Amino acid sequence: MAEAIAFYFLSACILGFAVLVITTRDTVHSVLFLVLDFLFVAALYVLLGAQFVAAIQILVYAGGIVVLYLFVVMLVNLKRPPEAHQDPHRRTGWGFALSVAVLVELAAVGAYSYARPASALAAAGSAGMPVTGNTEQVGWLLYTSYLIPFEIASMLLLVAMIGAIVLAKREL
Amino acid sequence: MVDSVVIPLLKIVIVLNATLVAVTYMVLLERKVIAWAQSRLGPMRVGPYGILQPIADAVKLMIKEDITPNRADRWVFTAAPIISMVPALIVYAVIPFGPEISLFGRKVSLYITDINVGLLYIVSVASVGVYGIILAGYASNSKFPLLASLRASAQLISYEVAVTLTLVSVILMAGTLSMVGIVNAQYNQHVWFIFVQPIAFALVLIGGLAETNRAPFDLPEAEQELTGGFHTEYSGMRFALFFLAEYANMIVVSSVVTTLFLGGWLPPFPNTPVLHALYYVPSWIWFFLKSFAFLYFFIWVRATLPRYRYDQLMRLGWKVLIPLAIANLVVTGIVKVMLL
Repeated sequence: MAEAIAFYFLSACILGFAVLVITTRDTVHSVLFLVLDFLFVAALYVLLGAQFVAAIQILVYAGGIVVLYLFVVMLVNLKRPPEAHQDPHRRTGWGFALSVAVLVELAAVGAYSYARPASALAAAGSAGMPVTGNTEQVGWLLYTSYLIPFEIASMLLLVAMIGAIVLAKREL
Repeated sequence: MVDSVVIPLLKIVIVLNATLVAVTYMVLLERKVIAWAQSRLGPMRVGPYGILQPIADAVKLMIKEDITPNRADRWVFTAAPIISMVPALIVYAVIPFGPEISLFGRKVSLYITDINVGLLYIVSVASVGVYGIILAGYASNSKFPLLASLRASAQLISYEVAVTLTLVSVILMAGTLSMVGIVNAQYNQHVWFIFVQPIAFALVLIGGLAETNRAPFDLPEAEQELTGGFHTEYSGMRFALFFLAEYANMIVVSSVVTTLFLGGWLPPFPNTPVLHALYYVPSWIWFFLKSFAFLYFFIWVRATLPRYRYDQLMRLGWKVLIPLAIANLVVTGIVKVMLL
């Protein structure tokens, strides 16, 4: 019961702040609401018993990435809102396709978890591993069941890093 | 009920109040030590040898006029000091001041909580503290604070990377992220981690100075260039909050370094039968002695070293500390796999 109340409260806050992020006029305020949103998402992770993911969420998103956003927003003067494009229907087709894709994806995830509630993590949890504070569990799964996606993700990050260096440096 | 609610609440109240008192007296200690380093007396008027000076300071700051500049971003301007203070205080939740002891026939642990991801919790909460400085500079809507806050955020982000990478090698040695677990690992291995990870110790210490904006890395508040730094437009109690947050962060860094490298509450060479007599000194006294040594070191460094230039600071962070941290991590990993 208490967990359900906490969940709905946190979800309401997350959605509320997410709406504020895109409706606030001041860009810095919008970034700040994004930070708050990330903090509440971290709280949601704690509620799920995923303390490791919560700490990483705060460290990487709230503490790292959004600080860089804030940097960019403060350096680029956005006091004046960007002017609306001449043709308001310019992106409608793409936007519609994207939102349908996201909706289908969400529905697929929902259907999948409804059909097979025992996910890999829950299976690992039932195999005698501690449920709370699952740093070891996350590491274990990353280096066994999810090794290839993990390695591909790190390759992607490496490529992004090299790309950033190439873009930033005029001459190598 | 008593064990799950009353005792934790009591511990939180005690730790918070002790921290705030310690912070105010850190200010006095700093003024005194710097005065001695410069052959002055320091505060002498309020109370014998000036020991009541912090109270006078607090009263002065509270009755000062609280000014919000006209062109400031009012909400953010108000929130910034709070955002800097809160992370500095909630970090104390996982710092172990001592092991479990029995007090009035009840088992009481000398830490508020021991979570499985303790060290990560500290790093992530500390990383949120940088918002206080950035927002203070932005919300003031004034040149110097903005410059200072840009400097500060660049500095904090750069050194955070180095410190976090270094901490990973300590985690490798201990095999756990829990603060209590790290102390216990040093107990089981009969040695403080400073002797097995000297490079990591030096890196964390330097990074800690930079993360707390202390000399020689106090560029965000370089008076000569920036009039006052990111808190130029703040006055009264709001300014005091920034000030207190800095000192609270110093105490956090000292406690974390003590826990990770100097065995926390353990005496020198823990778990050695010859030195058993050292266990008669209560555990928390060891902890406070070691933390105090670091706090003194912080002040001593400030009295001794000149400030870095901005490009030197960045070069040190990215070209020296981060490669060293990575090398240390790789060597630690190889040694650990080969030997254990």
